[in-house]
Amino acid sequence: MAKIEVKGLCKSYDRREILRDIDLTVEQGEVLALIGPTGSGKTTFLRLVDLLEEPTEGEVIIDGAKITGLPGRERLKVRRRMAMVFQKPVMFRANVMDNVSYGLKIRGETGIEETVLEAISAVGLEGYETRDANTLSGGEMQRIALARALVLNPELLLLDEPTANLDPKTAASIDALLSRFEGTVIAATHNMLQARRLADRIAVLVEGRLIALGGPEEVLDERGLFGLSEDLHSRSLVPW
Amino acid sequence: MEEIAAGFISAIELIVTLNPAVVEITMRSLTISLSSILLASLYCIPLAGLIEFHSFRGKRPLINFIQTLYSLPTVTVGLLVFLLLSRSGPLGSLDLLFTPTGMVIGQTLLITPIMIGLTIAAIGAVGTQIRDTARSLGATEFQIILTVIKEAKPAVLAAVLLGFGRALSEVGVAMMIGGNIRGYTRVLTTAIALETSMGNIEFSIALGIILLSISLLINLILNLVQGR
Repeated sequence: MAKIEVKGLCKSYDRREILRDIDLTVEQGEVLALIGPTGSGKTTFLRLVDLLEEPTEGEVIIDGAKITGLPGRERLKVRRRMAMVFQKPVMFRANVMDNVSYGLKIRGETGIEETVLEAISAVGLEGYETRDANTLSGGEMQRIALARALVLNPELLLLDEPTANLDPKTAASIDALLSRFEGTVIAATHNMLQARRLADRIAVLVEGRLIALGGPEEVLDERGLFGLSEDLHSRSLVPW
Repeated sequence: MEEIAAGFISAIELIVTLNPAVVEITMRSLTISLSSILLASLYCIPLAGLIEFHSFRGKRPLINFIQTLYSLPTVTVGLLVFLLLSRSGPLGSLDLLFTPTGMVIGQTLLITPIMIGLTIAAIGAVGTQIRDTARSLGATEFQIILTVIKEAKPAVLAAVLLGFGRALSEVGVAMMIGGNIRGYTRVLTTAIALETSMGNIEFSIALGIILLSISLLINLILNLVQGR
């Protein structure tokens, strides 16, 4: 489990500001839901923490050590402590078994078959092992992507809309799976009910700024809507 | 018309009876072109990966230049390699002019632009999501490159097969570097040119049918690979 601290995090592309001065801490084993309208910077935040991109300013700290700006080998070592599931997951040109075992194989691990089969079964896709991963439905791909991340037993799991492509029943089973996960989780989601169900705390991003951070009951009202103030809600131009 | 029909029938006979001269020329053509494609693959695929995976000043103009060389006339490459390998040229001491090895070098140079250019396009088409996925799952930069090339395998194989087709069907390099020496450097294309000029139409047609059949086979393999 990892403790994440984010200090003064900014990201711009050309002159367009995507994230502005984000400060937050995620405690060990905590589940933080990142909510906000489309284009609010949720995905960029996850990519910065996963070291897929460098911030324009600010830093990300894991267990007291700054991880932004690390050289290649050190960066790889840190990245291997985390795993990320993308909003639109892509599958490698291989079967389900090879897709799920990818992360373990590139770490040189052997005797992984049982672990991989367990991960596939955990996302409810037992029997799919030899299926071409690229012939699966969007929802099945999302579950394989989750298995591919969970099989690595990461200290920090980054999820970008983890149940966006799933039917309610499957989404509920994924929620149950995530609630059993013992590591630290940062999950970007549009689904406020899911955020309320899963998260220990909720961070609200609007137009690249962190405008609220607190427990679900502090941030969301009983209808699952953004309950801070009508004024703040109306400032979110895109419906979410 | 009758002459062509008779030539066609004689050509089929030459192929069916495995005429030694036809077989020998065909085998030499395949050996030289296969050697060229193997040699070119060894450096063109890694070089394409190096260009595609790195950002550097002048990358776009370099790719444009490589693409321009797709239509490089075979006789121009023939002339260049001839000047390199001729006795007074910088590689004259190697005595490679009018040898099969010289022809392999010439054909390898000829297909280099098309191999590099098409491999760059193949790798580029894989998309950044695959790179991001591999990277986020903990792949090293080298493992990412291998993963992307594996993802691009059908398109990379298509580049290799197209390169082979160009090497097999070219005349300029084979004629200028090989010299069309009977039993030594004579290949399908140069033999067709010579036999036609000598009036041996049926022999030329037989070689032409073989060349076309090999091209058809390459096309079938290409479709099979791309269909996967």
